[in-house]
Amino acid sequence: MIKVDNVSRHFGEVKAVDGVSFEVPEQETLILLGTSGCGKTTTLKMINRLIEPTGGNIFINGKNIMEQQPEALRRGIGYVLQNNGLFPHYTVAENIAIVSHLLKWDKQKTEKRTAELLEKLHLDKAYLKAYPHELSGGQQQRIGLARALASDPPVLLMDEPFGALDNVTRSKIHAEFKALDELKRKTIIMVTHDVQEAFELGDRICLMDKGIIVQNGTPEELLFKPKNDFVKDFLEHQRLQLEFKTIKLNDLWELLPELNKEADNLSFNVDTSLWEVLESFRFNGEETINISKDQNEIKTAGFEQLMSAFYQYKNKQSHE
Amino acid sequence: MNEQQQTLWQFMQQQSAKLQEQTLQHIGLTFISLCIAVLVGLPLGILISRKKQLSGIVLGIAGMLQTIPSIALLGFMIPLLGIGPKPAIVALLLYALLPIIRNTYTGILGVDSAVKEAATAMGMSKWQILFKVELPLAMPVIFAGIRTATVINVGVATLASLIAAGGLGEFIFGGISLNNGNMILAGAIPSALLAIIFDVLLSFVQKISFKKIKQALYALPVLLALLCLFYFIPAKSTGKLTAGFTPEFMGRQDGDLGLRSRYGLKIHTIVISDAVMYKAAFEKQLDVISGYSTDGRLKAYNLVVLDDDKHIFPPYYAAPIVRDDALRKFPDLEKTLNLLAGKINDSVMTDLNYRTDYLHQSPERVAKDFLMAHQLWHAERGGKDGIVRIGSKIFGEQYILANIYSMLIMGYTDHDVSTKTGLGGTKICFDAMTNNQIDFYPEYTGTGLLAILQASAQTVNKVTANKDSTYNYVQQQFEKRYQVKWLKPIGFNNAYALMMRQEQANKLGIKTISNLKQYLDRK
Repeated sequence: MIKVDNVSRHFGEVKAVDGVSFEVPEQETLILLGTSGCGKTTTLKMINRLIEPTGGNIFINGKNIMEQQPEALRRGIGYVLQNNGLFPHYTVAENIAIVSHLLKWDKQKTEKRTAELLEKLHLDKAYLKAYPHELSGGQQQRIGLARALASDPPVLLMDEPFGALDNVTRSKIHAEFKALDELKRKTIIMVTHDVQEAFELGDRICLMDKGIIVQNGTPEELLFKPKNDFVKDFLEHQRLQLEFKTIKLNDLWELLPELNKEADNLSFNVDTSLWEVLESFRFNGEETINISKDQNEIKTAGFEQLMSAFYQYKNKQSHE
Repeated sequence: MNEQQQTLWQFMQQQSAKLQEQTLQHIGLTFISLCIAVLVGLPLGILISRKKQLSGIVLGIAGMLQTIPSIALLGFMIPLLGIGPKPAIVALLLYALLPIIRNTYTGILGVDSAVKEAATAMGMSKWQILFKVELPLAMPVIFAGIRTATVINVGVATLASLIAAGGLGEFIFGGISLNNGNMILAGAIPSALLAIIFDVLLSFVQKISFKKIKQALYALPVLLALLCLFYFIPAKSTGKLTAGFTPEFMGRQDGDLGLRSRYGLKIHTIVISDAVMYKAAFEKQLDVISGYSTDGRLKAYNLVVLDDDKHIFPPYYAAPIVRDDALRKFPDLEKTLNLLAGKINDSVMTDLNYRTDYLHQSPERVAKDFLMAHQLWHAERGGKDGIVRIGSKIFGEQYILANIYSMLIMGYTDHDVSTKTGLGGTKICFDAMTNNQIDFYPEYTGTGLLAILQASAQTVNKVTANKDSTYNYVQQQFEKRYQVKWLKPIGFNNAYALMMRQEQANKLGIKTISNLKQYLDRK
């Protein structure tokens, strides 16, 4: 668990981060979201002491990080950078093994772990002897992730990890990221300015502005219970898409009418987002889908039923 | 052209042992200084990349050192470190510093900040980041600096010969003094080749991939150390006495060559510029030097001339030489100039030179004092009847003589004078005269014979046996060839001479060059 308690970083008169507090429970992903200069990256870098705080305390698993030797602290925290920061004079294998090497792992253990990570990240073993500049941007970013995960640290800090990638590669990596069981066991703090990415990957989101946290909450809370106009305006631009992505079929379950069941429809689990279901529609005639809950309960719905339930849900949220 | 190359090739073959020795010395000098420069420059570059507030000062000082003319820097070194390899290496080291410090600094600063941040975030310590990340990544840039420094050093190392540190400069400066093109090329071509070869070799090292650099890094110090050793290979065991000869003296028949062939003199010899030679003898770094017999420093440093008992140094008696048409134009000129004939002997001239060179009195004052003392001084008569143009070469003695003559003409005739002093060398001075730019200047019989008439070896042998035959020969030939008249000799003989410290010569009982040889042969 990571606890950030009233942490500040002032550069002279400039308050880059001013009294920020939040907690990240174990195995959860927290997103620090905001525009450039809002203090999100400074906040992240204070957690592994790349930047020293001028005030406040940070605890990882109950231990104050300021009481630990910085090098030892950092070896226990995975770190992924926007521009991957791979060592250009190291091969892929050597890059992945940097932290294991610093921790003085034996060669066999390191090699085994490297092979395991390559497989999980869908990277060919042939790359091991290659140098970073010989790989594509997406591959480099995966190697960067592998390097951060190599010593299996419980905490992972990610500074705009996918910021330098094109959209297609990015959404591919997002999907892999969510599917990676390795990451489900980590406590992750990720910085991004990309609202879509924040909603897709975060369990909780801290929206920051001018060095302070404006709102800390789940994606639903930010969408449907914005604390002020800043939060509302920040999401306004992509609101509909975010809502579709955030709302699960389970949220709409009570609001869906009972229709005649059709056995040969496409079938979705209640954990599926509305966005994914809508994407499957081909819009030819009276098209319906099946939604299954707890294996035995099944509801059938068409596009209109789903839309109507969606608007009822939204109205309900804003009046609660 | 073909013939020219042939003779250069022959010269190099003939001098191959010396050429090899000089080349090895040259390589040694270059790399010793380079090694030290890397050992000093690399840590300094690293330091200022950490403490950027120091970078301005350090780079400023290194840059300033580089702007000091190389010969001046060598000059500054002599009072501190004497002559020989030490000051040369220090001077070369100072030149090599700037490119190494600057490139280390920019190389390290140029390392991608994301890579440095990643290294820190992975938990690397400062030293691990320096050795595993910053230095390997900055290496190509640092190597470029070392390359630059190497090429600079190969060039500047030619000047090392001026302070007796050896190297290819011995040929280059000897060749310049002797007007020997082959000798210049025999030094210049190898040193240019060295610069090119080292540059190319280092460019290969620079391009080696990051991986191989790790091995290259171990090989490099070994290689550098080997190259440094080159300097010591040619160094022979020092004999009893050490001689310092100018590059010019080394290549002349009436110099080192004559000493070997006529006297059979074998002495440990280093080559040195005459600017520092006398002082080095005074400071006991040299025992025997090749000086000029009337040089003021002889007196200043208490040196004594060894008698040339086998007459290998031709007489260099000074006398004014005058254009015939000037003598016709100014009928009283010859009589006036001859007022000085026989008035200045060797020790008087040495004393006059001592006053200008060492006591820093002005040539005018020295000239006037001399004329007063000999009751030759007359007040100026106004000089309304034409202008006599006096020339002089570019050293103290000639300035004094030009001033004395100027005062004599102003005092004894109605002519005015204009002086063109400081003409670069014999050739420039004599050309000025034949082109009717000056009317007369003081010349030396030996110079007239060897440099202007370029007499054959036979003639030289025949006429240099005594001073009168030399004088008669040049007088006759100058009249015939150039319509220039040699007036009566002034009296002193400014010849080449071997000299030693008075005290040491007395102690060892050495009065003549033959004595010196006997002493050296004794064991």
